Amino acid sequence: MTKLSTKHLLGIKELNADDINLILSTAESFKEVINRPIKKVPSLRDITIANLFFENSTRTKLSFELAEKRLSADVVNFSAAASSVKKGETLIDTVNNILAMKVDMVVMRHPNPGAAVFLSKHIDAKIVNAGDGAHEHPTQALLDAFSIKEKLGSIKGKKIAIIGDILHSRVALSNIFCLQKLGAQVMVCGPTTLMPKYIHSLGVKVEHDLRKALEWCDVANMLRIQLERQDIKYFPSLREYTMLFGLNKDLLDSLSKKIVVMHPGPINRGVEITSDVADSAQSIILDQVENGVAVRMAVLFLLAGRV
Amino acid sequence: MMKPRIILDNKHFEITVTRLCYQLIEVHNDFSNTVIIGLQPRGIYLATRIQKKLQEILKKKDIKCGSLDITFYRDDFRQKELVPNKTNIDFIIEGKNVIMVDDVLFTGRTIRAGLDAMLAFGRPNDVELLVLIDRRLSRHLPIQAKYIGKVIDSISSEKVKVEWKETDGADKVTLLSND
Repeated sequence: MTKLSTKHLLGIKELNADDINLILSTAESFKEVINRPIKKVPSLRDITIANLFFENSTRTKLSFELAEKRLSADVVNFSAAASSVKKGETLIDTVNNILAMKVDMVVMRHPNPGAAVFLSKHIDAKIVNAGDGAHEHPTQALLDAFSIKEKLGSIKGKKIAIIGDILHSRVALSNIFCLQKLGAQVMVCGPTTLMPKYIHSLGVKVEHDLRKALEWCDVANMLRIQLERQDIKYFPSLREYTMLFGLNKDLLDSLSKKIVVMHPGPINRGVEITSDVADSAQSIILDQVENGVAVRMAVLFLLAGRV
Repeated sequence: MMKPRIILDNKHFEITVTRLCYQLIEVHNDFSNTVIIGLQPRGIYLATRIQKKLQEILKKKDIKCGSLDITFYRDDFRQKELVPNKTNIDFIIEGKNVIMVDDVLFTGRTIRAGLDAMLAFGRPNDVELLVLIDRRLSRHLPIQAKYIGKVIDSISSEKVKVEWKETDGADKVTLLSND
């Protein structure tokens, strides 16, 4: 397996296990590259990449931009707030105008689910989905898988609990697809109101008791409450949520084994996770960020390699 | 149908590697300021073989040998499917004499990429190239090896296959041609 089966990275759902493993093994090589004195390779020097961010982002945007620059690609950035989108231009028009300036790849984040798929059907460039609404966030799932593999040696057979706002989380959906394809067992945990209606059809365990979920798992992936996507009240108060679903040091230390703690960021310290847990030795949150650059380099490299 | 012709058999293979080591010692003495870098994927076998032989001859254990992957530096990665390998250089090459090692010197493009890739690790004092087989009529770039196991005349459609005891069971070099 030396080639991805897909032309775009729209979601983890479209990838097979071979694709995921190819991305992860290529990312290992890139992780070595970004730890060299000169962190740059010339692989994509003839490629121009547009980063289109129709939604706010710190980590993902910086991470993609660094990945692109370390592959020597030319990069143009675009954020919706400062663009003609505000004047009423449609998505296809915006992107076609950018492509008319000879761009080879598009990295896009958009608040609407399916925006990346929609775009891939209408334009002639390689698309990387950097998050589309509450649908998928494939590179986050890939970097989470990479970080788990790096920490625990393998993913097959491992137990991973995804805890928090599952309903509004694209990270949760992509992680479920990715981890299941790699042979892990996945559990989701959170308040009933924050579980998607069809969660059982994904073949995951569902738990509403945080302690039970933590006792079961090898890895706990803590998610943020996505208040900006919540149109109604899903739980009585943040304080109550924290008491029932927040991970603190006492709870972590009282478990029968040492689990690995992850968080895709941004963290709301004191809500889903306390500071002492986020900064503890069991947390691999900053490793996830470092691995994010390597994984995104791998994705861009492999997609660009497809003739 | 590819017809094989043996260029180096087991015995000559050993003699050739030993001769290359003595040629290296003539120039680099005790290897106190010299390091060996093998190019992935096939150059690393020759590099480690030479490292072992040198350590045997010089009776010292600290001759440095690393492996360098050049996938991300190739000029043809969009024309071929390439799989990156591991780079492992756990010593400093700044100011050192570097012996770059590969199994077959063909078009010279691999070596060109190798030189680029190596510079990401520092500025060596001097770089020399050592190859087991030099296909001297097939060069695309002005690159020559300083230490050569054997020179052969071959046309592009022919293939040189280098086999190693470590992976293929025996040391052997064969030329495969189409006639």
